[in-house]
Amino acid sequence: MELITLRGIEKTYQMGDIAVPVLKGISLAIRQGELVALTGSSGSGKSTLMNILGCLDHPSTGEYWLDGQEVSRLSTDERALLRNRKLGFVFQSFNLLARTSALENVAMPLSYTAEHLSDRAARERAAEMLARVGLADRLDHHPSQLSGGQQQRVAIARALINHPPVLFADEPTGNLDSRTSEEVLQMFERLNIEDGITIIMVTHDPKVASHAQRVIRMDDGVILDEASSGGPGRESKGGGA
Amino acid sequence: MKVYTTARTAFRALRRNPMRAMLTTLGIVIGVGAVIAMMEIGAGSSAALKKTIASMGANVLVIRPGTASSGGITFGSGSTTTMTPEDSQAILRECPSIRNATPMVRARAQVVYGNRNWVPNAIYGVTPAYLDVQDWSILAEGDPFSERDVLNGNRVCLLGQTLVRELFEGESPVGKEIRIKNIAFRVIGVLTPKGANMMGLDQDDVIIAPWTTIKYRVTGLSLANTNQSAVAATDSVNTLSNLYPTTPRSLYPERSSIQQANNPMPIRFANIDQVMAAASNAEEISAAIEQISLVLRERHRIRPGEPDDFIIRDMAELTRTLSTTTKLMTNLLLAVALISLVVGGVGIMNIMLVSVTERTREIGLRMAVGARGRDILRQFLVEAVVLCLTGGAMGIVLGHGGSLLVRTLLNWPVETSPSAIAASVLVSAGVGIIFGFYPAWKASRLDPIEALRYE
Ligand SMILES: Nc1ncnc2c1ncn2[C@@H]1O[C@H](COP(=O)(O)OP(=O)(O)O)[C@@H](O)[C@H]1O
Ligand SMILES: [Mg+2]
Repeated sequence: MELITLRGIEKTYQMGDIAVPVLKGISLAIRQGELVALTGSSGSGKSTLMNILGCLDHPSTGEYWLDGQEVSRLSTDERALLRNRKLGFVFQSFNLLARTSALENVAMPLSYTAEHLSDRAARERAAEMLARVGLADRLDHHPSQLSGGQQQRVAIARALINHPPVLFADEPTGNLDSRTSEEVLQMFERLNIEDGITIIMVTHDPKVASHAQRVIRMDDGVILDEASSGGPGRESKGGGA
Repeated sequence: MKVYTTARTAFRALRRNPMRAMLTTLGIVIGVGAVIAMMEIGAGSSAALKKTIASMGANVLVIRPGTASSGGITFGSGSTTTMTPEDSQAILRECPSIRNATPMVRARAQVVYGNRNWVPNAIYGVTPAYLDVQDWSILAEGDPFSERDVLNGNRVCLLGQTLVRELFEGESPVGKEIRIKNIAFRVIGVLTPKGANMMGLDQDDVIIAPWTTIKYRVTGLSLANTNQSAVAATDSVNTLSNLYPTTPRSLYPERSSIQQANNPMPIRFANIDQVMAAASNAEEISAAIEQISLVLRERHRIRPGEPDDFIIRDMAELTRTLSTTTKLMTNLLLAVALISLVVGGVGIMNIMLVSVTERTREIGLRMAVGARGRDILRQFLVEAVVLCLTGGAMGIVLGHGGSLLVRTLLNWPVETSPSAIAASVLVSAGVGIIFGFYPAWKASRLDPIEALRYE
């Protein structure tokens, strides 16, 4: 089943009088349970595409179907709601709240959820998420007391708190060394296999991209080519595990 | 998003920078603190002022006979004799705005006790209602005289503190006999001290006695104004009554049989010097004046268009002057408070703008995980309000502490003002909302992508 379908997506920024086309007609389909890497040189429009996919921005033209819904023309508030329920984000710079415990960082998105959880239920759910990313013993640590890899895992737990079907990661390993990068990528693979979460990550590192089953290469606002590759030690697979 | 959760988030955000939050709210703390302290001190002094006015009888109306005039010459207030004790009763009965009323006869005479003597400011002949009219019901010692004493013209009296001091030298006067114009009066009570009034008149230099006694035994002037021999007649009655003190007295001066034969004059009324009436409260005074005027015009059979034969005086002028002063003070304080709150509010706005800029990435993140513009708006607004309320609470504590300090150190009258506290809470919340709105609105309008990219 296709979770994401893009048809002729274009994005043009207006810089004064000059129109700057950044995405020049992107068509793409991503099935549920895929782990996709988006690569390309810097400035090729990867982040712009990710923002559109993540419903943070809307395209200038084109259609975007997410989970059977056309979302490119939704209002700001509707997109916020959609992000809360269906999408998870992992950022290059973690974006954790400083001087706030890991548990509270993870529980934060719940305060914007329509159905209200009790305080205790929210904390339990956050603790459960942290346990899933292997940080059950770090609930009360503040970001400054955690390593980069641990911080990114807290961020992943936060992205997963509302059980979204899709996870977006823009350069998730950009600020990590190779060993902790590996940790985070293995976490992605596990989530992808065990929970069937669709993961789309942006990277310019071929080694990182090699963890994905499907690598989409972009250049100057268009899709250059696409390659399917099994990650190390894994078979190519469809659907949720 | 629940308000409770928002408030908790706001508290957490503020706790991340406690020193800055403290310094930011300083304006509010000082503003509210000043207001509370001033309000409490102001309320205290205005209560003290009110007490002073009340002791002088703020709600008291004095009704005197009007001026007589003859051939273009006026003889001054009181020169006609038209007020009667019945007028006083009618005023009490028929004027709903009047709490109590008493007729009054004034005399001035030497008072003797043992080998000491004193001439008090005034000897007032009244009914027991006088004590209520003057808010003087609580006596320092003894009991007030009764209506029966008035009816019987009993020779009893209450002494003011000055007389006690001058005549008795600290001895208790209750039960002792003093002589006024050679007539023995038993002292049955002592008035509480009132001190001097606004004009410097010693209010404690008085004797209070039944008006019948004063009128017919001490002044004895009711009809004597017109007939000199009547003085002798009343005097002789008094002498007799000294011999037989238990004989009930008639209310009206008795005339000798020769007098009555010579001059068969029906006694129409006993005239009195004035009526003192207390309005039920300060707001009722003007209504009371109208009612009294109506009642007296009817009783005195004054036709429409004819001038009153009485004069009604009240303390309104004095009360007005004092309340104007108080109002001016309050307004001045309010202006100062307003300025300090505006300054405090600008401080809040400034720091909230800094906070929004500082936390741009946090705002972007919150938006990315599903916060809508209005959630962000509410969060920052609540934060500003929490900041202001914390400042307000500290200000209330500070102001209250300050006023207590003033009370203990300077002995100023201070009164806790719950309305000022409530107003401070509302005003600080209001300052938070007004000055927090712009930064919060700015935060809510951020673009999540830009915000997340912000360095
Ligand atoms: N808000 C914007 N306004 C104007 N130009 C933009 C804006 N955002 C991105 N661009 C331009 O779009 C191009 C692609 O940017 P981006 O998607 O961030 O590239 P990548 O993530 O692949 O490095 C860049 O040339 C950048 O200058
Ligand atoms: Mg990028």
